Amino acid sequence: MKALVYVTLKKTVLDPQGATIARALQGMGHPEIASVRQGKFFEIEIEGMDAAQARPMLERIAEDVLSNPVIEEFRVELLQD
Amino acid sequence: MKFGVVVFPGSNCDHDAWHAAGRVAGHQAEFLWHNEDTVRGADCVILPGGFSYGDYLRCGAIAKFSPVMNAVKRHAQEGGLVLGICNGFQILTECGLLPGALIRNRGLNFICKPVRLRVETVNSPFTCAYEPGQETVIPIAHGEGCYVADERTLDELEAEDRVAFRYLDNPNGSLRDIAGILNPGRNVLGMMPHPERAVEPLLGSAGGLGVFHSLARCFAERTR
Repeated sequence: MKALVYVTLKKTVLDPQGATIARALQGMGHPEIASVRQGKFFEIEIEGMDAAQARPMLERIAEDVLSNPVIEEFRVELLQD
Repeated sequence: MKFGVVVFPGSNCDHDAWHAAGRVAGHQAEFLWHNEDTVRGADCVILPGGFSYGDYLRCGAIAKFSPVMNAVKRHAQEGGLVLGICNGFQILTECGLLPGALIRNRGLNFICKPVRLRVETVNSPFTCAYEPGQETVIPIAHGEGCYVADERTLDELEAEDRVAFRYLDNPNGSLRDIAGILNPGRNVLGMMPHPERAVEPLLGSAGGLGVFHSLARCFAERTR
């Protein structure tokens, strides 16, 4: 089973990297790009565990390790084989 | 007074901190390796600057799980002194000993230069040797030093007189110009500027020496 974890900055936290990427894209001739927010993406392989067990474990890992809850939020997706 | 300087893989200001506390300020100072679960009787633990564990994941995110941090947390909970400088400050916010977080500088650049600071409180073991409101010059060297926290936390820090240092010319976008903060017990200080790099006039400023003098004075009073 594979898990996908997305970690993004909270909407209230300034993202200077995303803003710079947006400006660069606009400068490359894409004026329709209104804004960009940059985040992190983790692909995690899990063995010997079903989805019902894996989800709470992944939520805990995402909260304790993969994200910093002060500035970031996360989303966990599970892909069945 | 005994200082313990933690060495993580990727620390690069550990020797500067050891030099400042030991050679310049004249205290006993030794290194603490990241995988020992003890602070070896240190009165003050320094978490030095650098790029612990390569800053992988987030600055300080991996360091907070190292064995020595269990010992540092116990030390702090027992009222022991902890000084986190730069990456050390990032580790202290990651492990929850200090509130808030440090994110990418507003201008995206890594900034390495002397900055002007104001000592905002002298009511702490780290700042008691400064004059109230004293202005001083201490260098910064960071890419992720923009201090953020929610409004309630910021109000609380100010109401409890826990902002230790403020930037006079905010270099990185830190909310309310915050350069260093204390925990509620006032025995843990995190700051982005490097006091250990400003301890001798030859280095351009001795403005950081006050931190080491303060610690010595406080320690002498505690043990009297």
